[in-house]
Amino acid sequence: MSKVQSRHFRAEKFDFWSFFFSGLTGLATLFILGILATILLNIIVNGWSAISWHFVSTIPKKDFFDANTTGVLPMIVGTSFRVIVMTIFVIPVGVITAIYLTEYAPNTSIITRIIRAAVNNLAGVPSIVFGLFGLGFFINFAGKNLDLLLHNANAVWGQPALIWASLTLAVMTLPVVIVATEESLKAIPPGLREASLALGATKLETILRIVLPQALPGIMTGGILAVSRAAGEVAPILFTGVAYYMASLPAHLSDQFMDLGYHVFVLSTQSPNIEQTRPILYATVLVLLLLTFALNFVAILIRARVRKKLRALG
Amino acid sequence: MGIHRGHQARPVEWLAEKFIFFVSLSAILMVLLIFLFVAREALPVFFGQTNTALVQKPIPPDEMDKHSPAELQAYLELTPDEFAKTERKTLRALMDVKLEAQDDIPEDFRNDPDARINTTEWKYLLQSHQWNGYDKPEYIWQPVGQIKKFNIIPLFVGTLKVTLIGLLFAVPLAVGAAIYVSQLARPRLRETLKPAIELLSGIPSVVVGFFALIVMATVLQSLFHYQTRLNAFVAGLALGFAVIPVIFSIAEDALTSVPRTYTQAALALGASRWQTAWQIVLPAALPGVFAATVLGFGRAIGETMIVLMVCSASVMSWSIFDSARSITTTIAAEMAEAVNGGPHYRILFLLGALLFGATFVSNMIGDFVIHRFKQKLEGKR
Repeated sequence: MSKVQSRHFRAEKFDFWSFFFSGLTGLATLFILGILATILLNIIVNGWSAISWHFVSTIPKKDFFDANTTGVLPMIVGTSFRVIVMTIFVIPVGVITAIYLTEYAPNTSIITRIIRAAVNNLAGVPSIVFGLFGLGFFINFAGKNLDLLLHNANAVWGQPALIWASLTLAVMTLPVVIVATEESLKAIPPGLREASLALGATKLETILRIVLPQALPGIMTGGILAVSRAAGEVAPILFTGVAYYMASLPAHLSDQFMDLGYHVFVLSTQSPNIEQTRPILYATVLVLLLLTFALNFVAILIRARVRKKLRALG
Repeated sequence: MGIHRGHQARPVEWLAEKFIFFVSLSAILMVLLIFLFVAREALPVFFGQTNTALVQKPIPPDEMDKHSPAELQAYLELTPDEFAKTERKTLRALMDVKLEAQDDIPEDFRNDPDARINTTEWKYLLQSHQWNGYDKPEYIWQPVGQIKKFNIIPLFVGTLKVTLIGLLFAVPLAVGAAIYVSQLARPRLRETLKPAIELLSGIPSVVVGFFALIVMATVLQSLFHYQTRLNAFVAGLALGFAVIPVIFSIAEDALTSVPRTYTQAALALGASRWQTAWQIVLPAALPGVFAATVLGFGRAIGETMIVLMVCSASVMSWSIFDSARSITTTIAAEMAEAVNGGPHYRILFLLGALLFGATFVSNMIGDFVIHRFKQKLEGKR
């Protein structure tokens, strides 16, 4: 780049408006970073003093607004449980779709374009619509029919349950996994594939032995991003499985569960005395943020590395 | 014959390829299923098959055969499926119950003209109506009480109000930051700024909502001295936080993909860095910035938790310092109390279908514009 040149010109002629508007865009950047820092600092400072081992390891009594006896163990377990079940469904489907799109799909064919359009669209569907979909399809259609088949129409699956919340989230995070995996597959030098094929390996063998191991960091990024996105989402699980209060931890896929994000919502909107619940509210938000944010941070680091590799390639 | 030869030579490869192909179709399947099952629950409202009129013309059980099955089914508020499955004896019993329910309606209520209205007709969903006790026609969303009012216009106004505030706040900031990061910042600073701003998208929306509710609402009220503490203004700004990373990454991507030769030519001709960014790079990347705004709009109208936590009273008002209730909020807040399969439930699904349609269209436009833009830059067109 013409770094030397541009510096030369700037030195020659100082243009006030250029300086002014550049400064304005710089301020916009700073303002956004300021918002981010304010949110994080506010939560960390207020949450840190309220968080304790007792808080994260206690199953609360029915009245969970009481700051002294409450805890968030069932919420941590519920959120983790639903996210783990989700990963089991979304990773294989997402990775296989990405493999099809990068390794097999003819780039110009109409079906490839439709798949891409569908993935893009899925990424833009509002999360509350996923909730409606979960209720209309998984619970009222799949669940009710399962009950007719297996349980003589007794409601076992035809009601909000952990499995339905997880499946709804799996549909929602499918694009995240596909896009991240695709990105990492594209970052693998074509020479590696060609070498493998030239040595007599079949296409499937090349994908399984050469491409996939190389793409593992990218697949992990996709998985982590999906998990962190899903862990913080509340809207899709509102009608598909979350419970206001449960006395015990969820043990079965057809159980309902308590959830960190939903608990934040409950604590901040339904508390009888907001001043008294403020510390536990902050502590709960901090736990949620640690869970989602730590994951996100790791994913962004891995992703930055993959992108650098991609740029070096071409 | 090409495919068949492959099939004979390497059956495992062939099978694997087919399997991979079919799994990859699942994304298409999911979009179709979402549309199908959200729309399915809303269909009865769409075709006027729901009836919420409290006082209806009763049909005595003995006159059952004088009416067509379709009439009876609508009268008993059953789905066609349920109606087909129900035995004649049960139907008769249901009709008795219905008749008794009509008798139980209090006398003064019986004379209320509103009690005879089917509020789920399109006319009442979209147009203002002068309800009993009001002195002028009004748009009212009030799904509880004896007479349920389902006018969806206040929800549209609420959604637009919050979304526009959010976008007015987010677009200048996000595009400004995108220009700075992609054109003006030094490469090393750029490498740190970009992931830092993208980190904002990692904050769950329920946490942004919490922050707006607990911290922002109080601070903003003391700054602007308005009446209602929780209003569309606070919700809109908080919504802006959620939309900024979306607009930023797409706009930044578009600005970066403008060929370097453009920048170099402008700089060589004596333009300053800012002049280059503003007069050369931004116009070239304008379709991308437009697409970023459209996709940001799609994200904003679909955001649920922030608006749900910050404001939720459904008032018909364009003032930004009044409360507002968006479509998403309404669905989230009321689905739990709506009777499964009832009119309220179906209208909430109708709202969901409309929302899905709106985001579908904005996504399509955004993706199409970006696609054309990229192709143009690559010189394919």
